[in-house]
Amino acid sequence: MRKGAFASLAYRKNRDRVIEFLLLMAALVAVFTTLAIVVILFYESSFFFERVSIKDFLTDTMWTPLFADPRYGILPLVSGTLTVTFVALLVAIPLGTIIAIYLSEFANHRVRETVKPILELLGAVPTVVYGFFALLMVTPFLQKLIPGLPGFNMLSAGLVIGLMIVPYVASVSEDAMRAVPRYMREGSYAMGATKLQTALRVVVPGALSGIAAAYILGISRAIGETMVVAIAAGMQPTLTFNPTEPAATITAYIVQVSLGDLPHGSIGYQSIFAAGLVLMLMTLVFNVLGFFLTRKFREAY
Amino acid sequence: MAAVMTIEEMRRGLTWRKNLDKVFVILGLLVLFACLGLLAILFFDLVRDGASRFGWDFLTQFPSRKAERAGILSAWVGTSMIMFVTGLVALPVGVAAAIYLEEYAPKNWFTGIIEINVTNLAGVPSIVYGLLALGLFVYQFGFGQSVLSAGLTLALLILPIVIVATRESLRAVPKAIREAAYGLGATRWEVTKDHVLPYSTGGILTGLILGLSRAIGETAPIITIGALSFIAFLPPSPVSGEFPFLNLEWLRSEFTAMPIQIFNWVSRPDQAFQANAAAAGAILLGMTLLMNGIAIWIRYRFRKKINW
Repeated sequence: MRKGAFASLAYRKNRDRVIEFLLLMAALVAVFTTLAIVVILFYESSFFFERVSIKDFLTDTMWTPLFADPRYGILPLVSGTLTVTFVALLVAIPLGTIIAIYLSEFANHRVRETVKPILELLGAVPTVVYGFFALLMVTPFLQKLIPGLPGFNMLSAGLVIGLMIVPYVASVSEDAMRAVPRYMREGSYAMGATKLQTALRVVVPGALSGIAAAYILGISRAIGETMVVAIAAGMQPTLTFNPTEPAATITAYIVQVSLGDLPHGSIGYQSIFAAGLVLMLMTLVFNVLGFFLTRKFREAY
Repeated sequence: MAAVMTIEEMRRGLTWRKNLDKVFVILGLLVLFACLGLLAILFFDLVRDGASRFGWDFLTQFPSRKAERAGILSAWVGTSMIMFVTGLVALPVGVAAAIYLEEYAPKNWFTGIIEINVTNLAGVPSIVYGLLALGLFVYQFGFGQSVLSAGLTLALLILPIVIVATRESLRAVPKAIREAAYGLGATRWEVTKDHVLPYSTGGILTGLILGLSRAIGETAPIITIGALSFIAFLPPSPVSGEFPFLNLEWLRSEFTAMPIQIFNWVSRPDQAFQANAAAAGAILLGMTLLMNGIAIWIRYRFRKKINW
């Protein structure tokens, strides 16, 4: 018989209290991490904003912190980020939605259970490998279609990021569609609607908040994606919304600075925290929106 | 729309609508296979481009200025060490946090805050973890640009994955099992440790492996910490011949890792280095796919074995 079984009840109850405390500490790591992220980003960028006014930061159209004549306007990085994200969504939203509708409404159980894990592998490919793919396979291919396309461009980075988040968009939307109760579909079939009509006019509207959440979380992923843009989109901050041009995103700028050997406390070092702060605020808005939308669709039925 | 439809019109309409169904099925399958096909093309292209570089030398050589002599020795050793630290930290913390949330936590605002945090952390871009680590681990804690900093960063990054997977597998254990153990006088921890956890091992393992497969390919956060791409030495060995046999110096060592090495090679204009990048990329991708495969297999095995 195990020794523990003979221990007194008081001892066992005390041990339980200690263990509960330790478990709580582990759970609090999540809270501390969030706090630490916020504190570090605000703390380090506070030095940046001592030297650069917030007005310049938000309105200047040049971002050249490492040049002899430094300018600190975040807009070029934001425009790059938004352009890449937009291209990615043009790929991910239609493909992800079609796959979700197919898997949720048309595919049988076995197909779904086989395809879903394989599809999720698309999201598991290391991003640096996707970067290689974008730069050395997609860009040369696009150059044949669009003559004069530069070797670094946001288009190929965006397309590859789009492919990368397809499984994510598909999986979250499919969950939402499957949460639509069966009787709603049956009602629609009974009225003589086909599967496609039911899918488009009953299931998709019913799952709309969940599907919206999938799109929004996809946007947040695309905004935060780093390596593909760092490799394939070039690293010059340019204020442009033209995807066939090279440009830098917020994330690519952080990578670019980190690759060099910047001394701790220099303005370059501080600037990546300011850029990181903008990045986090942008993704936070979308994450919070997505969080409430997913919660809404869980409660709906 | 006409108020009265003839049978003929209705038939035609029905055929049309049913054909649309078929068109959509074909469209769905096309999109699905296009995505999976691209994944296959990507993998085979990497293998083809890197084919000339595969071999024993590639695994046992340090990086070099000459593409044909460069290898990934320091990269895969660095990656293995980082993964060891990451797993060692993420597994206990993640499982403990999940146990707290699933088995202990009262339903109140405080638990709600922890849960929102876990969800939110899963959506924070990985490079932000890099900035956190740069400010906190590298400078505030003074860990420097080391294996330890990298391992801890990636552990934080995969913590939500481990927590969510563990919670799901804890939730799958039926209440009856807990009640039976309570009925015999077990305390909450005894119930968890002796009855709930053993049934959840499969799910926890799956979560850990999926987390590690994510961490192994993460590039951005460890670039931010300051991983070097040209490292022609190995960190000190963790095991030594003399007393006390274990050496923790490797934790403080500078490092490089597989994705960093690939990034470095991709960024060079020289074609020869791109073959190296492809070869290393194929190895990294192979490792990721293998880990995912193992995770799926474990999940499948455990699901089959357990019949409540």
